[in-house]
Amino acid sequence: MKPIIITSLAVLILFFGSCEHFGPPEPEEHDLLDGPIERLTIEEQKQFLAGDIAFNDEIFTVEKGLGPVFVGTSCGSCHAGDGKGHPFVKFTRFGQSDSTGNQFATFGDGRNQLQHKAIPGYEGQVLPEGAPFSEFVAPSVTGLGYLDAVTDETILALADPDDLDGDGISGRPHYNYPPDYVHYRQNSIPNGEKYIFRFGKKASTYDLLHQTVDAYNQDIGITSIFDPIDPYSGLSQDPEIGTQTINDVVLYLKTLKAPIQRDQDVPEVIAGKKIFEDISCSSCHTPTLQTGFSPIAQLSYQEFHPYTDLLLHDMGPELDDGYTEGYAETYEWRTAPLWGLGLAADSQGGQVYLMHDGRARSIEEAILLHGGEAENSRNEYQELPTKKKEQLIAFLNSL
Amino acid sequence: MTISILNLPKLLFTTFWILGLSCFALDAIQAQDMVPERNPTHDDQDSILNMDATYNRPFMTKKGSAVAIGGYLEANAIHTIEEGLTEGLMFQARRMSIFMSSSIGKRLSFLTELEIEDGGKTIGIEFASMDVALHPLFNLRGGIIMNPIGAFNENHDGPKWEFVERPDMAVQMLPTTWSNAGFGIFGKIHHQQWILGYEAYLTNGFDGSIIDNEMHKTYLPATKANGDRFEESFGDRPLTTAKIAVKNRRWGEVGVSYMGGQFNRTMEDGLQIASDHLRLHTFAIDITTKIPVLRTEVTGEAARIYVDVPASYTQQYGNQQQGFFIDVVQPIIQKPMFGWDNARINLSGRLDYVDWNVGTFRETGTAIGDHQWAVTPSISFRPSGQTVFRFNYRYQWTTDILNNPAELSASWLFGFSTYF
Repeated sequence: MKPIIITSLAVLILFFGSCEHFGPPEPEEHDLLDGPIERLTIEEQKQFLAGDIAFNDEIFTVEKGLGPVFVGTSCGSCHAGDGKGHPFVKFTRFGQSDSTGNQFATFGDGRNQLQHKAIPGYEGQVLPEGAPFSEFVAPSVTGLGYLDAVTDETILALADPDDLDGDGISGRPHYNYPPDYVHYRQNSIPNGEKYIFRFGKKASTYDLLHQTVDAYNQDIGITSIFDPIDPYSGLSQDPEIGTQTINDVVLYLKTLKAPIQRDQDVPEVIAGKKIFEDISCSSCHTPTLQTGFSPIAQLSYQEFHPYTDLLLHDMGPELDDGYTEGYAETYEWRTAPLWGLGLAADSQGGQVYLMHDGRARSIEEAILLHGGEAENSRNEYQELPTKKKEQLIAFLNSL
Repeated sequence: MTISILNLPKLLFTTFWILGLSCFALDAIQAQDMVPERNPTHDDQDSILNMDATYNRPFMTKKGSAVAIGGYLEANAIHTIEEGLTEGLMFQARRMSIFMSSSIGKRLSFLTELEIEDGGKTIGIEFASMDVALHPLFNLRGGIIMNPIGAFNENHDGPKWEFVERPDMAVQMLPTTWSNAGFGIFGKIHHQQWILGYEAYLTNGFDGSIIDNEMHKTYLPATKANGDRFEESFGDRPLTTAKIAVKNRRWGEVGVSYMGGQFNRTMEDGLQIASDHLRLHTFAIDITTKIPVLRTEVTGEAARIYVDVPASYTQQYGNQQQGFFIDVVQPIIQKPMFGWDNARINLSGRLDYVDWNVGTFRETGTAIGDHQWAVTPSISFRPSGQTVFRFNYRYQWTTDILNNPAELSASWLFGFSTYF
C-alpha cells in the first residue's frame, strides 16, 4: 500500500501547492475597462469596492424598490463590465422643452425619459403620439473621474462658439442650472446661475453625483434623498437607496481607471493616429486633457487621453432626432470620448453599436454618420485610400 | 453571547431535533442492539428507481423498534481561480442531513429528513411525509414532499455521487432540493425484467421571485427563500408534479417528469391584483444506465423550462431555459485496500450545461447569452459504498446575457461525503 499512500500524498501536495497554475490566467490590464486607478488610499479602495458591489452586483427587485416602471434593473445591466451598453437596455428620451415650451410636461413624472418597462402587474409607458425622441445606448463609464476633474477653464479654452478661427468647428459648453444638491467645483466659471454640464450624450448632467442620482431615479425607478420623486406616481417617496451607497457609487465612478491604449507601437496604429489629426478628427475628439485639483489625490493635475473636448457640436441633420435636452439644440451632441472604443465589442456582445443610439454597426459607419461641424472630416475620410482608412480604424480600435 | 430574537425559532427548532436525536441515541446505547438496515422498504437494489432514493438509504434501527435513523455529512476544501484571481483555499461544511423513518402501524409509515446547510445558515425540513400503503400501484403520500422533477431532486444524497458540486442544472436551474407541502399518489409495478413507477402530487408552488430576484435571471430556486411556501400557495392553483419512470434491470432506467403551475395570484382579499395568470412548465428526462462489460455507470438528466414573463417586463428574465448534465463513472480499482474489504477507486467526468435565457433580443434579433458550461474530471475513493472521498477539478465558462466573452474559472475541490 505504500505506493498508494505516497501517490495520494503527492496528489494532495500538488493540489494545495500548485492550484494557481491550473486556472485561467488573469486578462491583460489593457483588455479590461474595470479596475481602479493606481495608488488609491486604503480608505478609497474600500469605498471603491463598496461602490463596485453597488454598481455591478446590486440587483433591484420589486422588494428593493424596482419600478413599478423602469428601464434597467441594475447599473451593470446597462454598463456591462463598465463598458458601452447594448441596445437591449437602450432608453428613450422625448419631447423636452423647446422654444414653444414642453407640450409633454404632463406625461409620466414630467421628466423626459420614457419608462417603457414595468414590473409584473403594471404596463410600461408608451411614447406619446407625435413626440420627438432620441434613443440612447449607455456609454462606457471608465475614466469619468478624470473628465470630472477637468477645469471649466480648460473646457472654455477649447470652445469656439462663433468659430472665430474659421475652421468650421464651433464647440460650446452646455451651461445649465444644476440641482440644489450638487457641490460646485472649485474655480467653476458660471454664466449667471448656470454652470457647465459635462456628462451625458448631450452634456445634460453637471457631475457624477447628478448623473448617478438621475440614473437611479430615471433608469431603475429608485428614489433617493437627492431625488425623492417616484417616476411612476410623480409623488415624493421614502428613499429606496441609502445616501452612503450613492456616495460609494460616485467614488467608484470617479476612480475607475482610464482605458489603456493597446498596440501603440504598431506602425498601422501610429500611421492611423497621424491621419486622425490630419483630417481634423482631433479638433473635437481632443486627444489630451489635463485635470485640475481633485479631492482624490491621484486625479489631481493629471494628463490623460479621452479624445473629447466635452463640448456640444452641431452634428448635422443625420443625427438630428428633433429632440432637445437642456439647452442643447436638437442637432447638438457632446463629443463622445473615444477611449475604450476598441473594447466596445467586449461589452456589447461581440458586436458594436456605436453613436448615441447604437445605430452604427461599425466604426466606419459611425464616421460616415458625422455631419455638421464634422462634415469636412467625414468627406476627407471618404477620400482616403483604403489602406489609410484601415490605418485610421486600426488606431481607433487601439483606443 | 447574545441571541437575536429572529434566530429564536431556528434555535428552538434545532434544539428540538438535537434533543430528540440524543434521546434516541441514549436509548440505543442502552439497548446495545442497533443494527444497520440498508433499506427499510425491503426492495432489492435492482428494483430501486431514482424516485425511491429517499427510502433507499442506510438506516440504523434498534431491534424491535419501529424507528430507524440515518444521515449524511459533506465537507470539502475548495480553491477557486476566477480570471487569474483567487481568494485562496477555503473549507466548506456543505451540509449535514439527518433522516428518520418509522413504521407507524399497519400500512402507515413516516419518513423525514432534516438538512443543515453551510454550518447552520440554512436549516430546513426537506422531507416529512406519511405514506399510506394501499396497493403496490396505488399509495397515498402527504406532508412535506419532494417534488419528483428529474431524478436528482429525489436522489441527491452526497455519498451517492463522485462530485463535490451538485449538477448545475439541478441546483441553478431546477431548484434541488425542492420540496413543498402537499399530497399525492405513487406506485410501482414489477414484471420480469421491468419496473414501472409513478408519482403525482399537488403541492404549493413557486412565487413571483422566480422572475424578480437578485440572481438577475429567471431562477426557480429563488422561491426556496420563501419559508411561507409550506403554509400557503402563491398561485391561484396548486403546483402539479408528476413523474413516470421505467427500468429494465439490464439496461437501466428512464424517467420523464413534469412540474407546472401558476406562480402569481390574480386575486387577494377579493381584489384583483393582476390581470395575467403567470405560469411555468418544466419538463425533465433522466437516464441511469450501466455498461455491463466495462462496469461504466452513466447518469444524465436534461430539462426545459417555460415561464410566462410579461411582455412589458425586462428580457433579463428569460421565458425559456434548458440544461443538462451527464456523469460517467468508471471504476478502475476494486479490491481490499487499507483494511476495507470492498474499496473502490473511480475515475469520473461530468459535463454541465445551463442556459438560463434561451431566445433572442427583441431589440437586435441576436442571441441572448446567460449560459454556462463546465467540465469536471474526478478521482474518487470509496472505502465502502457509504463513504466517498472526492478529488475534483472543475473548469467553467460563464457567458453573460449579452454574449460577451466568457468568464473563466477553475476550482480544485477535495472533500468527502459519508452516510452515518
